[in-house]
Amino acid sequence: MLSLLLLLPLASVIFLNLPIGKWVRGTALYFALILPIVQISLLLFGNIAPGAIAPFYEKTVKLGLLFDDTSALMLLIIGILVFCSVIVGNFLAESEYSKFKFMNLVILTLLAMNGTVLTSDLFSLYIFIEITAIASFILIAMNKDLFGFEGAFKYVVISTIATLLMLSGIAIVLMVTGESSFSAAKAALQSLDSCHVIKLAIVLFLVGLFLKSGMVPFHGWVPDAYVAAPPAVAILLAGCATKIGGLYSLLRVFDSVFTINFQIQSVLLAVGLISAIIGALGALAQNDMKRLLAYSSISQMGYILLGIGVGTPLGKAGALFHFFNHSILKGLLFTNSSAVENQTKTRDLEKLKGLGSRMPITAVTSVIGSLSTAGIPPLSGFWSKLIILIALWKAGFYTLVLFAALISLLTLSYFLSMQRQLFFGKDSVVWKDVKEADFSLVFPALLLASITVGVGVLFPYIVGSIILPFKGSIL
Amino acid sequence: MTLHIIVLTAFLAFALWAVLARTLIQSTIGLALASASVSIIMFQFDAPWAAVFELSVCTALISVVFVSTISLTNPPPKNEISMLYWDRFKRFAYLPIFLLLGGFLFLTNKIPIDFLAPHIEPEKDFRLVLWNLRHMDLFGQIILLFVGVFGVVVFFKERPKNE
Repeated sequence: MLSLLLLLPLASVIFLNLPIGKWVRGTALYFALILPIVQISLLLFGNIAPGAIAPFYEKTVKLGLLFDDTSALMLLIIGILVFCSVIVGNFLAESEYSKFKFMNLVILTLLAMNGTVLTSDLFSLYIFIEITAIASFILIAMNKDLFGFEGAFKYVVISTIATLLMLSGIAIVLMVTGESSFSAAKAALQSLDSCHVIKLAIVLFLVGLFLKSGMVPFHGWVPDAYVAAPPAVAILLAGCATKIGGLYSLLRVFDSVFTINFQIQSVLLAVGLISAIIGALGALAQNDMKRLLAYSSISQMGYILLGIGVGTPLGKAGALFHFFNHSILKGLLFTNSSAVENQTKTRDLEKLKGLGSRMPITAVTSVIGSLSTAGIPPLSGFWSKLIILIALWKAGFYTLVLFAALISLLTLSYFLSMQRQLFFGKDSVVWKDVKEADFSLVFPALLLASITVGVGVLFPYIVGSIILPFKGSIL
Repeated sequence: MTLHIIVLTAFLAFALWAVLARTLIQSTIGLALASASVSIIMFQFDAPWAAVFELSVCTALISVVFVSTISLTNPPPKNEISMLYWDRFKRFAYLPIFLLLGGFLFLTNKIPIDFLAPHIEPEKDFRLVLWNLRHMDLFGQIILLFVGVFGVVVFFKERPKNE
């Protein structure tokens, strides 16, 4: 059953490109919408755990998929954001032809991200991360403009260096253990903790995954790629594509293959803290709305890394919960940015003023997204940050708790400044003809904002069943 | 050991060339050569699967996508190229310092250069492993082909005239 999440998208792409008539192209949108809906429905209401219902082909085709609470949460994030990205992309596409190309590439990206999340093998993980990166590269540059090429080029160069490092790490693990599956490699590595070559493999993996995630000091490509990407692609990239390839893979590799010892913990915490600080300070200095969101993303990923770095089940749970919230929030804020840019043809915060009365839904959802990212109760971002802070406190990292709280204040300050400028500033004559964005841009924003508010308000009821794994250790 | 060091040095040199090259096409060639060097290292380390996929994905496919992208851009004028080159050189001039620092730390911490890792002989034929045990990787390669084809379509196929 689980394999359907990989086979259905592949079958869809093959069908859409069959030479059986032009009518097939017209169905691309429906496929791109239905696939994430099926994915979300299966996760929330179906039983897709391995062995639940095995289709006939699983006897001959053995994909060796891994499914647990963490992968379920990631698949849910992917489903939601692909759905929103498709709606926005469908509206903003310049022509039927570019719409068709976009839908195909989004389905392939969905497939690659699902593969990254479901694989139980180091080598397959590398392959699917690489497919996600190449598909993202094509999506960023698909409008064939100068900025698109520049952003895509930077992204792919950094991504290639990262995968080279990761692949070297995989080669070392293979050389030492002869295994590449998570479980077999972990078992073989148990007795080799002090081996220098394994330490080298860990360093290569860490640096590669930091590059992929865009953590400081490897964050230079993130703002360029997000700004260069077309609006629908930015939602997908900032929401999940870069995070699945980076932070999720880091979490998976250090959970299922290597163990987090004191040295690795120190590196994770240091990089997490520096990313959170530099990202927040960088966001403060931005005038471009998308660039501000990109720096904010770096800062929030620092938070997630802090949670992973604590190394306790509570820290990991907090990191995963913040991963979920951050993906939804970045999807929401990039949708808002697309709506503003589409209506005003600019992202310059110096020029934009007093749009609140002209774009009320965009304004309200944007305020929800900003406050939740800053950790204001009772929105979802508050709970995930709180769990990370409690995890840090319980593990004895009191200074980090202080820093993390201060960074939340910084987050609040740059988001309040952005909101005041955009929506609450003095009404400007320049924007007197601006109206609320089209329903295709408003609906995804409403959906994502509802999730943020819903998860926040219903936190006690859904935390154990949907959001957080390791519930036994928390509740 | 000597061969290891030669290939590793070549990899570093190609990687630096990729970053510092005057033109994008030279940079792409540098990157492809760096990827090829990594593949050789992987073969030496008895990791043929990794080496083959590194060759096919990084060296081949990514280089093709790079060259395709470059072919769509206009080269800057010659005087601009030399200015850009010096700008870039200044920006990345510190890279060799990192290398030297790494080497210094490596030697002062007395980390043995000749790693004696437990060596495991590959037991199974590579073809058998690929076709019988690596279904997920084959699946990934199929998707990769689709992505590559779409890359070429997106960048090169003109929009139908009736649009």
